[in-house]
Amino acid sequence: MNSVRTKNHEPFIRVVKKPEMPTSKAVILRIASFVLAIAVGGLFILAIGHNPFEVYKEMVMGCFRSKIALQGTVKIIVPLLITSLGVTLAYKMKFWNIGAEGQMLMGGIFASYFALFQNDMPHWALLIVSFLAGCIGGAIWGIIPAFFKVKFGTNETLFTLMLNYIALYIIDFLRHETWRDPGARGFPKIASFASNARIGAVFDLQGGWVVALIMVVAVFVLLKYTKFGYEISVVGESQSTARYAGMSVKKVVILTMALSGAICGSAGMIKAMGSDYTLTLGLADGVGFTAIIVAWLGQLNPFIILLITIFFSIIEKGSGVIQSTFNISVFTSDVLQGIILFFIIASEFFTRYSFAFKKGGKSK
Amino acid sequence: MTMFINFLYAAITSGTPLMFGTLGEIITEKAGNLNLGVEGMMAIGAIAGFYVGYTTNSVILAVIASFVAGIFAALIYAFLTVTLKANQNVTGLTLTIFGIGLSNFLGDYIRTAAGETTLQLSTEFTAKLATYKIPLLGDIPYIGHLFFDHNPFVYFGVILCIIAGIYVKYTRAGLNMRAVGENPAAADAAGININFVKYFNILLGGGICGIGGAYISLVLCGGVWTQSCVDGLGWIAVALVIFANWNPFACILGSFVFGAFRVLKFYVPKEVISIPDAIFDMLPFLITAIVLVITSIRKSKERSQPAGCGVNYFREER
Repeated sequence: MNSVRTKNHEPFIRVVKKPEMPTSKAVILRIASFVLAIAVGGLFILAIGHNPFEVYKEMVMGCFRSKIALQGTVKIIVPLLITSLGVTLAYKMKFWNIGAEGQMLMGGIFASYFALFQNDMPHWALLIVSFLAGCIGGAIWGIIPAFFKVKFGTNETLFTLMLNYIALYIIDFLRHETWRDPGARGFPKIASFASNARIGAVFDLQGGWVVALIMVVAVFVLLKYTKFGYEISVVGESQSTARYAGMSVKKVVILTMALSGAICGSAGMIKAMGSDYTLTLGLADGVGFTAIIVAWLGQLNPFIILLITIFFSIIEKGSGVIQSTFNISVFTSDVLQGIILFFIIASEFFTRYSFAFKKGGKSK
Repeated sequence: MTMFINFLYAAITSGTPLMFGTLGEIITEKAGNLNLGVEGMMAIGAIAGFYVGYTTNSVILAVIASFVAGIFAALIYAFLTVTLKANQNVTGLTLTIFGIGLSNFLGDYIRTAAGETTLQLSTEFTAKLATYKIPLLGDIPYIGHLFFDHNPFVYFGVILCIIAGIYVKYTRAGLNMRAVGENPAAADAAGININFVKYFNILLGGGICGIGGAYISLVLCGGVWTQSCVDGLGWIAVALVIFANWNPFACILGSFVFGAFRVLKFYVPKEVISIPDAIFDMLPFLITAIVLVITSIRKSKERSQPAGCGVNYFREER
């Protein structure tokens, strides 16, 4: 076959590993790839017959120009940020959890039980109880794959993917059967939450932002300054090392996934009780997947993740704005996100490797 | 009896897109790459196939277009993960987001450009995708209708799975591919060109996924362009790979079984067993999850992902 090389000649281009790049240089490289990505996105906008500068400007302006616009942007930022922080813990441990969607949904389901049926307690008590319920729901959905992973080595990527759908159909079941709103005239939906079960505004913005910012700091401190955070990264680097150092790998994996799931679950609670005011199939709506990309692009650093989340949310919200202003498809945002991501993913290569070209005449 | 035959028939029809998606992903994973972008590649294949079918009225051109579009989508993935050694999970997820977005975007764009409210395939075109009864075999009672009276995609899918099965199991190229997927360092030492094998199979797999997308947009959606028409089928395909045990032959049966789960709710008489639809819809995923756990408990070497799957290969790090 042609795939078997017979002659041993040096390839024209080969990949060589290079010593670790200084942080400053890596940052410059990433920013450069970012700018390049935005430029290519601009070409895309140009190709569909619009002025990229105007479209980009409108996107950014559309997110911040009024109170209503800003409120909408924050509603996109909060769940994405919290979920990204949640998956950060799993990825620090190199646990390939793509189940953040499901963990959000379970969090939403658990919280909704209190929002729908136990909503006669005082407002703050209800919010706290629902928040904890959301955490527990998400944690359960995180512990299940972790348990099977440590016990039997079950592939977590595919298992968590399945759990996403199982959670989704639990909501589908609830909206058709047990929790069906009798007031909806036969339409299968879950009733809207009473005003007591809605998260209020803090400085005119959905209160979830306070929780999200606290979590940014908390996750940062956890990973950087605590023993548990250190254990997570040791297990991620090498399970053998962790075992040799006397850590219980199983315990760390299960605890980390419980915490990761709990954080994602709380995002589901905040989205349901702070934005949707009900429980729908669209609760997670791909946020769990985007969060993985955000966490990864943010180098698993909570503060960088905060910046990336804001950027992604601007694209998301802004594409709604440009749809009404320029009549550009709302799906432009997904395309732009994709282009930008591909560039940044590609740039990652150059922080670790470089290309070496064949020196002229060296090989025969 | 007729009811049961109808059920099995519907299972085959609705399982066919899964057959393409799963086969594409099996080939990709056998070469050592876990591509989570199946959903995206199918979405891109769906719009490409639909657009070409819409403008040219040719089924063959539509299928070729979806195949090429799938290759294009897989090329992004292959370049990033094989050449640039990017994280496979992240790249695959990005491809899914990008692919669905691009597909919906193009759908909107073509519709607006055409000045229509909906994009509808011509009746001439849809007539070509009607069922074709195979002479003689198709006349066998029950079985004839069930297996030999389908639209062309179904036959094509089955033939493709068989060819792929032979390729994977019985050819030298297939052996090289499996070697790369199981142990790239050993394959490299044996003189196999790792990058070539990976690229070739990832692109081939992507192209096949693209055809699966075309089946969805051309046949399942009844001739009308539907936004986000792939709607999770790509993810089911990723799951089905496990169920099919990375075996293209098993992929045929596996897709029909999953197709059966997808249509089961329409055929179980409500008077006999009353289970909510949502539970039926959950079944494929629940069963896959259980299969995953059981196979990992049994720790059988036969039933597991290629050992090198998901990890990028770099010669200097072996």
